[in-house]
Amino acid sequence: MAKKEIRMPKLGESVTEGTINHWFVKVGDHVEEYDPLADVMTDKVNAEVPASFTGTIQELLVEEGETVEVGTLIGYMDVEADEDEVSREESPAIQQETEKTTEQPKQEAKPVNKRQPAGGGQQNKTRYSPAVMNLANEHNLDLTNITGTGLGGRITRKDVEKYLSGNFSRNLDTPKDTEAKTPAPADLKPGDKEIPLTGVRKVIADNMVRSSNEIPHAWMTVEVDVTNLVKYRDKIKNTFKEREGFSITYFAFFVEAVTRALKEYPQLNCVWKDDKIIQRNDVNMSIAVAKDEELFVPVIKNAEEKSIQGIAKSIHHLATNARHGRLNPEDMTGGTFTLNNTGTFGSVSSMGIINHPQVAILQVESIVKRPVIINDMLAARDMVNLSLSLDHRILDGLICGRFLTRVKEILEGMDEDNLQI
Amino acid sequence: MAETTYIQAITQAMREELTQDENVFVLGEDVGAKGGVFRATDGLFDEFGADRIIDTPLTESAIAGVGIGAAMYGMRPVGEMQFVDFILPAVNQIVSEAAKIRYRSNNDWHCPITIRAPYGGGVSGALYHSQSLEAMFSNQPGLKIVMPSSPYDAKGLLKAAIRDNDPVLFLEHKRAYRFLKEEIPEEEYVLPIGKAAVKREGSDVTVITYGLNVHLAEQAAANLAEDDIDVHLLDLRTVYPLDQEAIIQAASKTGKVLLVTEDNKEGSIIGEVAAIIAEHCLFELDAPVERLAGPDAPAMPYAANLEKEFMVDETKIEQSIRSLALF
Repeated sequence: MAKKEIRMPKLGESVTEGTINHWFVKVGDHVEEYDPLADVMTDKVNAEVPASFTGTIQELLVEEGETVEVGTLIGYMDVEADEDEVSREESPAIQQETEKTTEQPKQEAKPVNKRQPAGGGQQNKTRYSPAVMNLANEHNLDLTNITGTGLGGRITRKDVEKYLSGNFSRNLDTPKDTEAKTPAPADLKPGDKEIPLTGVRKVIADNMVRSSNEIPHAWMTVEVDVTNLVKYRDKIKNTFKEREGFSITYFAFFVEAVTRALKEYPQLNCVWKDDKIIQRNDVNMSIAVAKDEELFVPVIKNAEEKSIQGIAKSIHHLATNARHGRLNPEDMTGGTFTLNNTGTFGSVSSMGIINHPQVAILQVESIVKRPVIINDMLAARDMVNLSLSLDHRILDGLICGRFLTRVKEILEGMDEDNLQI
Repeated sequence: MAETTYIQAITQAMREELTQDENVFVLGEDVGAKGGVFRATDGLFDEFGADRIIDTPLTESAIAGVGIGAAMYGMRPVGEMQFVDFILPAVNQIVSEAAKIRYRSNNDWHCPITIRAPYGGGVSGALYHSQSLEAMFSNQPGLKIVMPSSPYDAKGLLKAAIRDNDPVLFLEHKRAYRFLKEEIPEEEYVLPIGKAAVKREGSDVTVITYGLNVHLAEQAAANLAEDDIDVHLLDLRTVYPLDQEAIIQAASKTGKVLLVTEDNKEGSIIGEVAAIIAEHCLFELDAPVERLAGPDAPAMPYAANLEKEFMVDETKIEQSIRSLALF
């Protein structure tokens, strides 16, 4: 029998931590290689952690609902095959530890080990050094907010200093920041139901708070006449469905129009990276898909290279996968702009919160038949509102106004003559 | 400009002081015509003559005793012990006489003697030629112990020791003699006794050491820099009395401190350094203070593999820093 470590896998490029939603196994269970061990949730995606070996679950170190960093030891398995001792899915820290043991076994057995519990884990997370306690007191910090990079998740003095240097200016700018984040606890009355903030809801909450706190939002709305587009879509929708096996939605046309406009106004197709803005060449369109209590934001990659048909197909796939919980982390990353189909809920006006690190989000509202005056005559037209939220740190009304006007032009020009699907 | 070895720097310092001050003289076993067992006084006999470069009998207590007497009379003797291992017969003279004469005479007398002695292992010297005895002398107020880490420091500090009006024990790592070399200024300079030196600024781990280990720690730090481990290195230079302010500053800089000595761990100089840090830096500390030292074994073994095990080297220093950085 050999003892094997189970570590939190890396579930996507930018993912640094994950929450164990649910353990499918308990101590003593026998599992085959690739059997799912746990349901893990990372930034907006749920995934399963498969077993890397066949064997018996010996120990589970992380509770359901607990969030741990990628690479953290989450359990142990007993494995029949007798391979070399404890195998490790390396995190750099562990790798160095290993090197040390092999080179200088004696050295390792010395005092170092007395105070350092073996392996990774989070067992040192709440063991604070005098320096860390002192800094926490001085700056009135809640240490549970800080991620430890030391041994066993220990919060080092450097972690605190880094946290302070990152947070200080913000605290000075908005002294009421902390108050706003912790509203007075509401009393629970008879008949009330308490819903714990867990799972995807918590991730959504954190991201929204972050976006809302960090980004100075500004908003603008234009009204677009899509009568011709509606006519065209009504005409082709049945044959399209027969031919392709899925429906052609209005949303695909909006994605196409916005993508074309973004290529002309790349200032809106940007992401924040530290103190810089990166203007992306590819248009990767994030689209919001709701499923019960959850919200997913999968990405249509390289929308600029796709036809309306291709876009429709991507939307169909992503939405279907999202509703069945089958999205990969890759499906959720790399977005450069978000298009939010608020119209599906009947909304005619809304203000979106920007999807950090992007710099703008566009809400496509319901298409509504309304009386409109054209050439001094009343006409019944299919109208839609497009509401843009912009990051006012780097965008302003002029450029966004031009962008929206361009989207409007493209959409109003979409008709039977120039659309061939 | 040619590079100067550690031992050449020591010879230069003595030559300059012999030239400048006629009260300076050298005494020791074979320091004359032979030029010293390690050739630290090479050429001085021819240059300054038998009256100022004096061969003594094989009696360390006499080297110290004669020197102390001459010093009290106004001379500035530089005594050489062939190895610090042989200083023990002179301890009574050094501790009970040299170190205490100023206090005992209520400032009427003082004793400006310098006693040089090679220390340290790593040269297949075994029991009688490898010891580090600085700790034995390090709780004797009135005495100063200087242990330079480089040719530049060796020269500047030996000149300061000779000019100092109180006894100075000047300990030279014998492996450093020809192992360490660097360019040093041609113009005269003197370095302050009692002052530690920051050899490297860093933010992850503080290393405090002295003598040859400073060089080894510098090498380790350079290797670690490639892995983004940023080492702050303090060279004590004077190990008694210690530069407390510099130690407190260096320890507070990172909160993670590694103390290194080649001496046996228990009762060594770095234990005192740890105490200073414990007294003054509790709220700056981010990890337990760690000591890397020789084992508590009676002597340096002769067998090469065991000697290597006994000695601190740059790999051991590097590993210790690494584990502190990860803590």
